[in-house]
Amino acid sequence: MAQPLNYLKESASQTAGPYVHIGLAPGAAGFDIYRTQLGEDIAGPDAPGERIRVEGVVMDGTGAPVKDVLLEVWQADAAGIYPHAEDPRFADCAPGFRGWGRVITDFDTGLWAFDTVKPGPVMGRNGRMMAPHISFWLVARGINIGLNTRMYFEDEDNSADPVLNLVEQAPRRETLLARKTGPGHYRFDIRLQGDGETVFLDI
Amino acid sequence: MKPAEFYQRDRTSQPPALTPDYKTSVPRSPRLAMLSLQGSMSEITGPTFGHSDIDAIDNDLIRNYAKTGDPVGERIIVHGRVLDENGRGIPNTLVEIWQANAGGRYRHKKDTYLAPIDPNFGGCGRTLTDDQGHYHFRTVKPGAYPWRNWVNNWRPAHIHVSVFGTSFSQRLITQMYFEGDPLIHKCPIVATIPDPRAIDQLIAPLDMNAAIPLDCLAYKFDIILRGRRSTLFENRLEGN
Ligand SMILES: [Fe+3]
Repeated sequence: MAQPLNYLKESASQTAGPYVHIGLAPGAAGFDIYRTQLGEDIAGPDAPGERIRVEGVVMDGTGAPVKDVLLEVWQADAAGIYPHAEDPRFADCAPGFRGWGRVITDFDTGLWAFDTVKPGPVMGRNGRMMAPHISFWLVARGINIGLNTRMYFEDEDNSADPVLNLVEQAPRRETLLARKTGPGHYRFDIRLQGDGETVFLDI
Repeated sequence: MKPAEFYQRDRTSQPPALTPDYKTSVPRSPRLAMLSLQGSMSEITGPTFGHSDIDAIDNDLIRNYAKTGDPVGERIIVHGRVLDENGRGIPNTLVEIWQANAGGRYRHKKDTYLAPIDPNFGGCGRTLTDDQGHYHFRTVKPGAYPWRNWVNNWRPAHIHVSVFGTSFSQRLITQMYFEGDPLIHKCPIVATIPDPRAIDQLIAPLDMNAAIPLDCLAYKFDIILRGRRSTLFENRLEGN
């Protein structure tokens, strides 16, 4: 017998269930309890950059909108800097920029939207720049472990992005591209299953 | 600080996406393989929170929504640590919880279970871990409740728990169960977890040492997030 390795094991995930809003966004559950609801302002008022709105729906394997999904997004500022100490340029991050948002759907339609600034390119591994992107994490009833994906912008040069280029089937890269629907407006639909299933990331 | 990565998530102790006995997972589970990434700056960073984001009373579910008195139910403390797989406490990380009231009813516009709403119970709390990763909440023990899956499925008493850690790749939502509850091993949501040891890790033991005599009982629940690699012989994230 060898020595035991003695690492702890990550706790198992469990679905966020249908009432996730009570804990993470009580206003959406229908009541007021905290002084602040977290994740409502991603960029803050003073961050430079192009102000954009992103909207979309999450669809299940039948094509129906997932009306009770909750999304969280994480992104760099317009200069490609994350507001986190691991980013070597952290000290230069835009003032008031949180980079994180919590996004709730309209319970009747499943449509969600958030306002932010467009992120800049971010340094990837081995000095390869990553095209501007926003990281997504989504949870809902029926989703046993939160799903990660990324949203890129169709109007940026994504040709050298190291993550998009890892997607073996080129047509599937399209599932990670937000469509420009107007000045400063993007549409990003996520398909959990079936035709056009979004590429999900094991990060 | 030198960029670090995280241990690969052990999917054998995590529930798979498709778990047909939990019916809602059938149309909501991706069927194609995930794309595995080595961590980049986008994954090893994540949101941070501070004491300006929350209030001291937010972790007291007995008082944070009380209108005319205390909520009905068995008074309990839930406490523990948020640790990484190396056993290191994770300081200053946000822990959010939500739960049904003592009768098994949620304060949510979509919950129509016949048990009554408690006017003095909101059902959510949040706190930051201390510098050793400790957290605690005061609440009432939630009731079991029925749900639509098979016709007679009941959820064991549980508290939903959301944790951030230090990176976007550590984000986790799970549920805490209570030692000795016979409904745990009848629940199709619990059974989405393939490894019995991983289920045991979600069951909080009664902790009489943390109970307050003549006031409330206590349960201890440690939450483990993915471990950070040490900086030995790191793959380089930057430069060439
Ligand atoms: Fe629940």
